Amino acid sequence: MIVKQIRTLLDISHSEEIMRRYFVVNGFDGALTMLGLIMGFYISKDVELVVVITTCLAAALALGMSGVSSAYISEAAERRRTLAQLEGAMITSLDESHHARAALWIPWLVALVNGIAPLLFSLIIVAPLWLTHSGMLLFSRPLVSSMAVALTIIFLLGVFLGKVGGTFWLWSGLQSLAVALVTVGLIYIIG
Amino acid sequence: MARVQRLILDVLKPHQPNVLEFARTIAALGEDYQVDIQVIEVDEQTETLQVAIDGNSLDFDLISNAISESGASLHSIDEVSVIGN
Repeated sequence: MIVKQIRTLLDISHSEEIMRRYFVVNGFDGALTMLGLIMGFYISKDVELVVVITTCLAAALALGMSGVSSAYISEAAERRRTLAQLEGAMITSLDESHHARAALWIPWLVALVNGIAPLLFSLIIVAPLWLTHSGMLLFSRPLVSSMAVALTIIFLLGVFLGKVGGTFWLWSGLQSLAVALVTVGLIYIIG
Repeated sequence: MARVQRLILDVLKPHQPNVLEFARTIAALGEDYQVDIQVIEVDEQTETLQVAIDGNSLDFDLISNAISESGASLHSIDEVSVIGN
């Protein structure tokens, strides 16, 4: 029942595309930020693993919070404006309609997606570091393992975009990967 | 009690939900509801519809609520067909 309601609200407000876009854009942000951070620690050498983990988790949390708050503020304002325009055209209040419910709930949903995407990808990227630190799994080079995970996620986000856009998935994936590799290269040069 | 078997309504609705979804929503209110919709006019943000609903016993309140929930507004009841018991 709730799923059906959410589906109706998504359809009526055309929000699925926006959420997909936010998911990829902010997910990419999260993955690239983690890659940059870890690369920074890698070239700094002799940084304790616990410091790397704490810094990455703090950055991941900040990205998540930033994603939620920024998306909510902008989406809520946009939805209120759209609803007011529609009410003007209908010359009636739409308070009891799906449109009003969408204006209320869709910003939260979009904000959640926008915040969860970078947080989720960041946690996956940090996982090799944390597993090594806790002794559950031992990666011989945890920082390199985390960077490999980040590059894989960035490649997969590119593949996903390729599939959505109907372009060749491998090309799209390689484009995203190229951006990540250029970033890594620049950090290496300045380090 | 008299049963309403046919209603023709003048409805103004936003473009979303589209006419097909709108018709489905009303048709789903009763097992034997048949809905025919004619789009009379399309504006930038709204469309005017003539909605014909047939059924053995139409529930007007239910139909009216469904129309409001879809963000549409009922302008007038243009035709009714009622049968007494």
